[in-house]
Amino acid sequence: MSNGFSNSSVGRKVLMALSGFFLITFLTLHFVINFLSVFSADLFNMASHFMGTNWIIQFLMQPVLMFGTLFHLGMGINLELKNKAARPIKYAMNKANENSSWISRNMLITGIMILLFLGLHFYDFWIPEIQDKFVDGIWDNPTKYFPHLVHKFEDPIRVIIYCVSFVFLALHLLHGFQSAFQSAGFNHTKYTPLIKKLGYLFAIVVPLGFIFIAVFHHLCSH
Amino acid sequence: MNLTLKVWRQKNKEDKGGLVTYPVTGISEHASFLEMLDVLNEQLITQGIEPVAFDHDCREGICGMCSLYINGEAHGPDRKVTTCQLHMRMFKDGETVHIEPFRSKAFPVLKDLVVDRGSFDRIQQAGGFISVNTSGNTQDANALPIPKPMADKAMDAATCIGCGACVATCKNSSAMLFVAAKVSQYSYLPQGQVERKERVLNMVDQMDQEGFGNCTNTGACEVECPKGISLEFIARMNKEYLNASTSSEK
Repeated sequence: MSNGFSNSSVGRKVLMALSGFFLITFLTLHFVINFLSVFSADLFNMASHFMGTNWIIQFLMQPVLMFGTLFHLGMGINLELKNKAARPIKYAMNKANENSSWISRNMLITGIMILLFLGLHFYDFWIPEIQDKFVDGIWDNPTKYFPHLVHKFEDPIRVIIYCVSFVFLALHLLHGFQSAFQSAGFNHTKYTPLIKKLGYLFAIVVPLGFIFIAVFHHLCSH
Repeated sequence: MNLTLKVWRQKNKEDKGGLVTYPVTGISEHASFLEMLDVLNEQLITQGIEPVAFDHDCREGICGMCSLYINGEAHGPDRKVTTCQLHMRMFKDGETVHIEPFRSKAFPVLKDLVVDRGSFDRIQQAGGFISVNTSGNTQDANALPIPKPMADKAMDAATCIGCGACVATCKNSSAMLFVAAKVSQYSYLPQGQVERKERVLNMVDQMDQEGFGNCTNTGACEVECPKGISLEFIARMNKEYLNASTSSEK
């Protein structure tokens, strides 16, 4: 690679897309495991226990995921700042809605909303997990996951916050999924219509599924 | 038609500038937008006011000189037309029309509605050409067979007139549609292969140096482009750049 790749506008977009693909893959895995909780507490416990105790996942994949998320966020903010600087004087009249969607123009807003949600999500699930393992020293507790999940969704305010956050996730994915393919150089009349349809499907099904999981456990706990 | 115009007036590059309101009367709905501005300027001259400076040349939609951000859209409310092809029937009698210059750090305003699009020229100079020996032994172009679909794609990209509507429209002031069109038109043809990798690296590098923003795939450029250049070419440029970055000998 030339030295300028990661500093060039095209290079940064490609890296943004690659980190996006990675996060989409993680989201799919997260969704599948969470959805197990709807069918069976044992299945969910088993999958969560594997994810929570497997050394490769814990000490290799988890740091990679952290890096991927921070990279996606940092690069997004970096690009946005450069883009704002590219037009120092704004238009007095600008009909942006005539040629582009609100979603495509406001990825930073939906991204920041997802980031805020991640703060709560970490507080709810990741920090207690770290507390258990590294402070209290209880590395292996294969039955704790399902009761902890159900307990968190007893609070209706938390369920509402989660549901609203998943709407922002859907908005982000509605543009992000197909945009990542475009940035990575994949746009062809033969397969792009399919990518767009798959993108819309993913952006609606996955967040809707997460909403269903939160509401399901809330209703079951009452 | 009678209209109220809010026109951006700016004495020179250093002047802060601002919108000035002018009424225009007796405009034919068959007139082009630039002809309407000609009428305005005649009115201003008779009133002893300096006419509004704006870019124009061929007035038939092929030179790319006319620009203008009209009522919040590059080249106005019509699709796949330049400002010289925009007709006044697209507006209502009595309407207020905002007329601003294309806005971008890389397109500084020189005067009123005239912007310096020299940044596009410098991008072209960085790689938007093929080197051919023209000392009398130039190969006949027809001796190089080119599949029709490739020739069609190259021609689709080559229809870019470099007007800058993509930059003006993009929320990020990105020039990627323009650069992508110029990179792509050569990449499809055998004549463009020798400098293929260098071309995309140099043109993207120059684009970044000029201060344009980054593409976020909103698709606004494709909608507002008077020649309908497709976003497909941006993806192609991304792929070309990735390929050149990983395999260029430079």
